[in-house]
Order: sequence, then structure tokens, then C-alpha cells
Amino acid sequence: MIRKIVVKIGGNWVFLISILFLYLLTLFFNKALFIKSMLYAKNVVIEVIPVLVIVFVLTFLANIWLTNKKANKLLTKKASFLQYMSAIVLGILSSGPIYMWYPLLSELKEKGLKNSLIAIFLYNRAVKIPLIPMIIYYFGLPFLLITTFFMIIFSLINGYFVAKFTNN
Amino acid sequence: MKKKYNIALKNTFNNIKNTLPVLFAIILLIAWVISFIPDSFYSKIFTGNNAADSFLGALIGSIATGNPVNSYIIGIELLKQNVGLVAVTAFVISWVTVGVVQFPAEALLLGKKFALVRNIISFISAIIISILTVLILQLL
Repeated sequence: MIRKIVVKIGGNWVFLISILFLYLLTLFFNKALFIKSMLYAKNVVIEVIPVLVIVFVLTFLANIWLTNKKANKLLTKKASFLQYMSAIVLGILSSGPIYMWYPLLSELKEKGLKNSLIAIFLYNRAVKIPLIPMIIYYFGLPFLLITTFFMIIFSLINGYFVAKFTNN
Repeated sequence: MKKKYNIALKNTFNNIKNTLPVLFAIILLIAWVISFIPDSFYSKIFTGNNAADSFLGALIGSIATGNPVNSYIIGIELLKQNVGLVAVTAFVISWVTVGVVQFPAEALLLGKKFALVRNIISFISAIIISILTVLILQLL
């Protein structure tokens, strides 16, 4: 029954409805906590809206530029250096949930794509271009540059160890 | 060209449609938890020790899931609660690089060994990166 509801309206909405239900219960049992929470949420929403607009505009631009076909073409090229660079760049540019990319990567793996390249691609998804304004605003430019640098370096280290431990 | 823009627009709209309920729910949840839990709570979980806090941050980030925007919003709120930057950095990095919730799908499509090795190494990497980042920021 519950599974049917989740499938019908989507997990995202079930999650939101559950939280709204929690607020409803809070309103009945602890009105002070309800008001405090609502005021806090309102301030967070006001703070987040401008950044979210930028994030969605950049997501739209990324969707225009990067298609699954382009990613496929770049990743299966022969030159090894180019493959690594492609995995890094495409990992950074790719958007959407991580699981959306599993079927494509699985297919490419069957065609000979190395585990190290898949690991590099997946790790570089941590570098999010649309989030750059938000990260700079809240954490500062040095934080962004240092973490981005390390994430790219560690993606290569990840690729190396994944290849080593999976014998691929 | 018009078709390309339409597809991009449709994908972006789907992204917004999927993201907004979760984002709104997470903001409400954070607001509730922060209002409910006393300010001293996080300082009790996080020890102030860089190594231990980065481990805890990475652990929470690995289990949590959703749009990376959410991880930064939670991270900002944790910083406001005086949680150390090392823990928050480990948290936001492991949020995207380690996927406990996505593990079954990753194991099924890319191989169990691949998924296990990749997630363990990503978890360790998140801890190391967070410590290195904070150390370098302190030197600057």
C-alpha cells in the first residue's frame, strides 16, 4: 500500500508530505517550536532563492551543451591521456542524479571502458560548476580552489586504486 | 537547434520538479531539527579533533543523499552552529562521492566489487581532503 503511494506520487513528494505532517504534529503539541521552526525556515528560503535561480540557469546551460552522445564519444577514444582528461571534464560537467549515469557507464564498461575511468568520472561529479557562486559566497574562493584541486587529484588516485583492487 | 533547447529546457524543468520538493522538505527539516535540538548538541557530536570530526562528517555525508545543493545548505547551517570546517568539508565531499543509498544500484550495474572499493576509497579520500583543505586554509 505504502509502496504504491510512493510509486504513484514520487519519493520526493512523500518526503515533503512527511515533513509537513511533522510540522502539523508540532503545531498541535508544541506551538512555540512550530513558530520557531517556521521563522527559521523562512529566513533560509529567502537566503537560498537567489542562489537557486543561478543554479537552475547553469543546469539549463549544462543540459544544452552536454548530451549522453557527446560523453560516449569522448570517453571511448583511444588515447589514454585524453581518456583521463575526458573522464575528469565530463564528470565535472555532468548534471542530474548520479544513478542516472549508471546505465550509460555500465554499457560503456561492457564495451571496454576501464573501471579507473568510471571511478574518475564519478568522483569528479563532486566538482559542481552550478554551485560555484554558492560555494564562493558561503565558503570563500580559497576554499573552492583548494577543494576543487584536491578533488581532481584524488579522483585520479581513486581511479588508480579502483583499477588495482578490481583487477581492471 | 530548437529541439535541443526544448530538450534542455525539459530536462532542467524535470530537475527543478524533482529537486524543489526535496529541497523545501530539507529546509523545513533542518529548521525543525535546529529549533528542536539545543545549540550545544553538535559540539557534543563533533569533538573539535580534526581527524575524528572529519570521520564523523564523512560518515554523515555518506549516509545522507540528495541534490548537492542540499549538502552545502546543511553545511552552512552546521558552520553557523559552530561545527568545524573540517567536519563540514568532509560532509559535503562525501555527500556526492560516497553513496550508501545508491550502493545497490551501483553494485548491480557496475559490479559489487567496483562499488565497494570505489565507495570505501571515496570515503577515505573525503577525510583526507577535508583535513588537507583546512590545514592549507590555516596557512593562508
